[in-house]
Amino acid sequence: MTAYHRPTDLDAALRLLADTGATVAAGCTDLFPATDRRALPGPVLDITAIPALRGIVATPEGLRLGATTTWTDVIRADLPPAFDMLKEAAREVGSVQIQTAGTLAGNLCNASPAADGVPCLLALDAGVELASTTGTRRLPLSAFLTGPRQTARRPDELLAAIHIPAAATAGRSRFLKLGARKYLVISIAMVAARIATDAGRVTQAAIAVGACSATARRLPDLERALTGAPATALAAHVTEDRIAPALSPIDDIRADAAYRTHAAAELVRRALTDLSPQEAAA
Amino acid sequence: MNRPLGTLNLTINGTDHAIPADPGRRLSEVLREDLRLTGTKVGCDAGDCGACTVLIDGAPVCACLTPVAQAAGRRVTTVEGLPDAGFAPLQQSFLRHGAAQCGICTPGMLVAAAALLAANPAPTRAEAEEALGGVLCRCTGYAKIIDAVTSVGQADLPAPPPAGAAVGARIERLDGGPKVAGTERYGADLAPENALIVRAIRSPHHAARFTLGDTAAWAAAQPGPVLVFTAADIPGDNVFGTIPAFVDQPALAQSHVRMRGEAIAIVAADPGTIEAVDLDAFPVTWQPETPELDVTAARAGNLIHDNRPGNVLIAGKVHKGDPGAALAAASQTATARIETAYVEHAYIEPESGAAWMEGDTLVIEAGTQAPVMDRDDTARVLGLPPDRVRIIPAATGGGFGSKLDLSLQPLIGLVALKTGRPARMIYTRRESMASTTKRHPARMTGTAATDADGRITAMTFDGDFNTGAYASWGPTVAVRVPVHASGPYRVPNYHATARAVHTNGPSSGAFRGFGVPQAAILQETLFEDLALANAMDPLAFRRLNALQQGDATVCGQRPGGVGIADSLAALQPHWDAARARAAELNARSKTLRHGVGLASCWYGCGNTALPNPSTIRLGITPEGALRLHQGATDIGQGANTVITQICADALGLPVAAFGLVGPDTHLTPDCGKTSASRQTYVTGKAAEIAGRALRARLLTLTNSGEDAALALDGADIVARDAHGERRVRLSDLPPDAHGYAIAAEETYDPPTRALDENGQGEPYAVYGWGAQMAEVVVDMALGTVRVLRMTAAHDLGRVINPLLAEGQVEGGIAQGLGLALMEEYIPARTENLHDYLIPTTGDMPEIRSIFVEVADPEGPMGAKGLGEHVLIPTAPAILNAIRHASGARITRLPALPHRVLAAIRDAQA
Ligand SMILES: Cc1cc2nc3c(=O)[nH]c(=O)nc-3n(C[C@H](O)[C@H](O)[C@H](O)COP(=O)(O)OP(=O)(O)OC[C@H]3O[C@@H](n4cnc5c(N)ncnc54)[C@H](O)[C@@H]3O)c2cc1C
Ligand code: FES
Ligand code: FES
Repeated sequence: MTAYHRPTDLDAALRLLADTGATVAAGCTDLFPATDRRALPGPVLDITAIPALRGIVATPEGLRLGATTTWTDVIRADLPPAFDMLKEAAREVGSVQIQTAGTLAGNLCNASPAADGVPCLLALDAGVELASTTGTRRLPLSAFLTGPRQTARRPDELLAAIHIPAAATAGRSRFLKLGARKYLVISIAMVAARIATDAGRVTQAAIAVGACSATARRLPDLERALTGAPATALAAHVTEDRIAPALSPIDDIRADAAYRTHAAAELVRRALTDLSPQEAAA
Repeated sequence: MNRPLGTLNLTINGTDHAIPADPGRRLSEVLREDLRLTGTKVGCDAGDCGACTVLIDGAPVCACLTPVAQAAGRRVTTVEGLPDAGFAPLQQSFLRHGAAQCGICTPGMLVAAAALLAANPAPTRAEAEEALGGVLCRCTGYAKIIDAVTSVGQADLPAPPPAGAAVGARIERLDGGPKVAGTERYGADLAPENALIVRAIRSPHHAARFTLGDTAAWAAAQPGPVLVFTAADIPGDNVFGTIPAFVDQPALAQSHVRMRGEAIAIVAADPGTIEAVDLDAFPVTWQPETPELDVTAARAGNLIHDNRPGNVLIAGKVHKGDPGAALAAASQTATARIETAYVEHAYIEPESGAAWMEGDTLVIEAGTQAPVMDRDDTARVLGLPPDRVRIIPAATGGGFGSKLDLSLQPLIGLVALKTGRPARMIYTRRESMASTTKRHPARMTGTAATDADGRITAMTFDGDFNTGAYASWGPTVAVRVPVHASGPYRVPNYHATARAVHTNGPSSGAFRGFGVPQAAILQETLFEDLALANAMDPLAFRRLNALQQGDATVCGQRPGGVGIADSLAALQPHWDAARARAAELNARSKTLRHGVGLASCWYGCGNTALPNPSTIRLGITPEGALRLHQGATDIGQGANTVITQICADALGLPVAAFGLVGPDTHLTPDCGKTSASRQTYVTGKAAEIAGRALRARLLTLTNSGEDAALALDGADIVARDAHGERRVRLSDLPPDAHGYAIAAEETYDPPTRALDENGQGEPYAVYGWGAQMAEVVVDMALGTVRVLRMTAAHDLGRVINPLLAEGQVEGGIAQGLGLALMEEYIPARTENLHDYLIPTTGDMPEIRSIFVEVADPEGPMGAKGLGEHVLIPTAPAILNAIRHASGARITRLPALPHRVLAAIRDAQA
């Protein structure tokens, strides 16, 4: 039998992690598919019974999404329009079954290039809170994700929460995912876009593309071009040369690299079109 | 290792259980193996299929992804708990709408639907599709499932039809009750006491030599007793295959593997031990060889079987007229080259079953499409006479052709035979996908031509069908394709060749249509080219060229009941409306372009010019119980119901009077295999003849005339006619060898005539016909395709059961859509259901079925086959619709977005 720990208290969890280097288990929607075994190979630290890790709360600096917040929690939460993209992504993660169990933190820690949560959280300027018995540290999400299936997390650290700064909770947002079928599909490419405007001008443009590079990437050239621009016809700013340099797509069974770049540009255009028509009020 | 397990408290369906369990164990395992609640199914162990869906505190989750610790202290609801939770009407609705075919997805569907209905008692179709998007069904095409979920409690089950009115009645399947209750027994649900669990060691290489190391030492190092069996342990002939002349596949490879996933050894141990066995450390040394993976290269490559030069297993050919001269004289010609992918059957039930000894008889219970073939082949491998092997078909969770072949039967049989203990085996999803057969990838070229009036004058076809490592049904494909590659059209000058070519890819075998769906893609692309070249409407072009009654096929046969012209005619009003709608929509949008396309099918039912008899036994016991020995395995397609309907009307007793005896090889005569769309026709015909024969005997017995009405009344048979009522007590008659007071047993074998060296002859006695029309929308900037609607007109001669026939159409269309748009099996890359994509609820179009009834002179009550026909026109109709919408002429399948976009650009260039 595997050593399986399911503490209810965060400190106990951190101690166990430091002592055992256990595999952290949350929704297990990435962990179980990776094994043919009947049981999770241990030692396992199951963090789903720790109340302190669950849920979405407002903090002085913005919003805190606890590690075991599930996709379903996100869909049901009352959140500002800047989070619409995250809700749209949540609805497209796998299936209802996967959304019930799967967590945001698991999505980040698993660090798949096609993780649907990542572009949205990048476009929300998310940071991650890493906790261990030696204290906590914060990293921007972009620094946390170091490569395909690689993160900056030390084995003794738990991703305790995701933080969204107050500034990034402004604006409206959109998520678009492209796959070869409707449900239960790994993205060929996906785009998250958040636009905040003031007095008819774009004040913030945060646009990220996933599945087109080793980890999802923001599009700095396009964001620069959009910032300060009139808040109409946003899609007109999209050119492949403002997108392609940020990406490094590969050929795989789902699509070829050239198609991915093209599709990413088209999805960005569509997301921005969707965000354009209403003259900005926020 | 042997630390005592902690106790977990689970509340399942309202009952508390305190069970010792590893907290990290999959909830699905605890439910199925520890609590024997086997209604929760396992199709993938990876969250991809949703068959294992259960509710935890009312929310749906995949039990295969849930460590049991996370369910502790919470309310778990499984399919077994649905009636108590108030969902019996939902289960009834599934039955009523024909929403369960093979039934393996049904528990997951029901549970996911229950979660939806609890929150939203009157969901829309879109809401139901979203809620069920995480449960895959390979049989139904989802339409009837969505119908069932959106109309719970709206209609009662209709009264069963009276005697003589079964054929044509929309009755629900006779074997549906256990499927919607979650009590159906599939191979994985069988757990004989004291059974050993069997696992296979399989090749990670496409081609390799290997030597086994010290397996005894390895076994001794495991945490408990472990038995190892290799090729050296096989008592009989270590070779199996479906066609006697081409038998070539070892049950366990000796020293050489020809494909990835090939088994080289099996390991058996107690359930408590097997989990801890380190299969990765099994002592084997591989010497990988350079594999032949490309079908063209393989024709000049290393020989995969020494006795098959050029790696050609067999070539089939049909030659008629002088196509060379006709092409030279043609007004228009078109040429195409098309390539299709390996397609996986992707039934939701991986191979599974159990074996045990009963005296000196080996009993194997597992899902199958061909029990008698299983028996004979397993007996050969295990060195037993066939009558010492008994095959009991378990409920089969989808087959579509692949479960015609042996898989685990010789493996579990070997363990049971050698140890005397029962043996169980359940393939993992990866194992199922890697080791079992596929649809042949085809590389095809062809040319077709018309005269100035748009009449087809000639066609040539040449195809290499990648048959993979072993023969399986490759010969059948190579023979069937040239016979059918003309489509159901008049083609006076014709030359077609199809080769089954070995590679080190997975063995290609039987998959709904035996190569004809691939050939139809090429043919219907060519005919679309010709319609356009002649500036003719595509439907008008096909109607002009369709076979008419009395016409000769490319084999020179003049079949009866030719229904293609009627099928095409049935599409006409829908076609006109859809083309007009598309034109109107396209006038408004540049990015989203609508298109309408069509394609036809024909398909000969039964073996190609070879015997394939079915025998039906029908008897009444002295107690007055009517039993139909229905030997056609029902893999979800509905044979149990349809054959009974035919037999009931032939006999003149109501369906409700029948008890079924299944295709157990010790109890029921051989009805052949469930393939080639032969069961409704061939077994149906045998059932009709047997029904009439028993009727004749009953009439004689009761001294009644032809028009007497029969009834069973307790142990009496009662005949009534204008002259009154006569009764005979059945228990007064001496029982026959099978214990029946009165019985009939009849055999039917389709009359065919062998093909000569030019493929001329009468390959099939009955054909089915049809045509489908696809309406699609193509995203011109992304290359994505959405199929909005399919209109399917099929001539089934006589519709035995419209509900089940619609289910076949919808399921076939789902598979055709997958073939067209998303399915591509790549060995080692897509051995799971998230990289290998099959359609979900959200991918299916609205489907309109139109049944045409051009009675067949040979088929039972005029009926023809349907099962495979329905898949054939779908992919080419979709491709032609994509072309109509976007100009893209797709030549490589599946039409993934990047390929469609590239084809759009080619068309615009
Ligand atoms: C059928 C199916 C469909 C899917 N579809 C999608 C999809 O459409 N889009 C998508 O993005 N993903 C998809 N996924 C992947 C998966 O569901 C998500 O990535 C999910 O968010 C993972 O969360 P989890 O809680 O289940 O992670 P787990 O499986 O529990 O963990 C994932 C990894 O993260 C680690 N981990 C988890 N939590 C922490 C923590 N707090 N601190 C440190 N390490 C941690 C684990 O050790 C493990 O390595 C799908 C999965 C399945 C099975
Ligand atoms: S078995 Fe759990 S999702 Fe397939
Ligand atoms: S009925 Fe759904 S998989 Fe067979």
